[in-house]
Amino acid sequence: MSTANTPKIRMRGVKKAFGPKRVLDGVDLDVAAGQGMVILGGSGSGKSVTIKCILGLIEPDEGVIEIDGVDVLKLPRRERESLGDRIGMLFQNGALFDSLPVWENVCFKLLAQNRITRAQARDKAVEVLAQVGLAETVGDLSPSELSGGMQKRVALARAIAAQPDIIFFDEPTTGLDPIMGAVIDGLIVDCVRRLGATAVSITHDMASARRIGETAAMIHKGRIVWTGPAGNLGHSGNAMVDQFANGEREGPIQMELRR
Amino acid sequence: MAAILLDPLAAIGRATLGACRTVGDVALFALEAVSHLVRPPFYGRLFWHAFIEVAWFSLPVVALTAVFTGMVLALQSYTGFARFNAQSAIASVVVISLVRELGPVLAALMVAGRIGASFAAEIGTMRVTDQIDALTTLSTNPMKYLVAPRLLAATIALPLLVLVADVLGVMGGWLIGTLKLGFVSAAYLKSTFDFLQTGDVISGLVKAAVFGFIIALMGTWCGYRSKGGAQGVGGATTSAVVASSILILALDYVLTEIFFAQ
Repeated sequence: MSTANTPKIRMRGVKKAFGPKRVLDGVDLDVAAGQGMVILGGSGSGKSVTIKCILGLIEPDEGVIEIDGVDVLKLPRRERESLGDRIGMLFQNGALFDSLPVWENVCFKLLAQNRITRAQARDKAVEVLAQVGLAETVGDLSPSELSGGMQKRVALARAIAAQPDIIFFDEPTTGLDPIMGAVIDGLIVDCVRRLGATAVSITHDMASARRIGETAAMIHKGRIVWTGPAGNLGHSGNAMVDQFANGEREGPIQMELRR
Repeated sequence: MAAILLDPLAAIGRATLGACRTVGDVALFALEAVSHLVRPPFYGRLFWHAFIEVAWFSLPVVALTAVFTGMVLALQSYTGFARFNAQSAIASVVVISLVRELGPVLAALMVAGRIGASFAAEIGTMRVTDQIDALTTLSTNPMKYLVAPRLLAATIALPLLVLVADVLGVMGGWLIGTLKLGFVSAAYLKSTFDFLQTGDVISGLVKAAVFGFIIALMGTWCGYRSKGGAQGVGGATTSAVVASSILILALDYVLTEIFFAQ
């Protein structure tokens, strides 16, 4: 049952292994409603698997994942699928559908659920594209005709078009130059604030983490090892977090170099 | 010593278990896809796109294959049958061979190369670029959206293609028969239709529907299960064509046994 103090997302003891490799080793995480949470961690630390477990793209081996106090892992399949109506996701590479023009990508969910007609979808796409700073003419282009930054904006437009109350961002600034990265971060903050949504982002980019996150969590070897204000990154007092945030070679995190 | 004896057995055991796992996975994949054909929502637009892709755009290659096969069949039959003064049987041999066997099998092999590869590459690329995960996050079941319309389209389109291939193949034989081998047109056609039975046509069309289903199933399954970037998609494409081609030939034998076993 959801109360005012119930976290929007609550994970307890979530474990996931792929064959002999344990990727999540008991993740405990709370994300408050309306909060912008950034999950940090090195490559292979389990960041993407964590959000894929919340999204239902990967089934955890053990643990509890609650959204608004409801254990989503225990929900019947159909009810669990319907949770997707409240969730938006921006994938690292955009994951736009090549076979559809931009406007259909943006309004995909609304069209798939027959919530609007195709004519209405075109108008809606123009409106949402404007919110991410793209012109109406972009709507008729194919995703392959867009630059990396424009693809991210379209992916952001798609993530917010159905007005979700939880939005996930997977490495939103990866592959972008610093200026475009800052632009995308600004758009993310604006859109999330406008929707009043809860945002969970995973990133390696510390500048981006400080811009889009209110709170941050550090995941290392499949466990959350620190949570705190995103503004404290780099001077958190946790040696692991500070080493990661400051990009220091020496420290408790030893990167394994494979030959 | 024991290891020398046991290692090959272990390898055989692993391969057998792997094969069983694959067959089970394909069967469950097929069942789930078919279950989506009878549950709303239905994606008519996607079905139509897939149908046009399979039926219309495969038509040239299937038509050319059928015409030349009919022509070659007539020529080869003539050279063989002339030794026994049995030239009059050529028209019936051409039509029976085409309608029962060569039409469905050759059309299916051509479509497997074109459509099986295309389905595997398209869905495989969607898999490795997170587009399939994106579908799920957009409240759309990927099996319903990507697999079910393609399965239905190929199952319906292939019998239609085979029907066209049968007609064109017979026409190829008739062309060679009348223009090169000296048959009278009306006599050739009469001989063709005298020997053709409804059961021959129906068995060919049933085979075509089964082959269409198999082509789409293997194409979508290989694409859906692909991983590892461009190399994975390439491997999925090759596997789709090889697997569907082998299954077409194997199932052709099984279906022939069912239809024509004495």
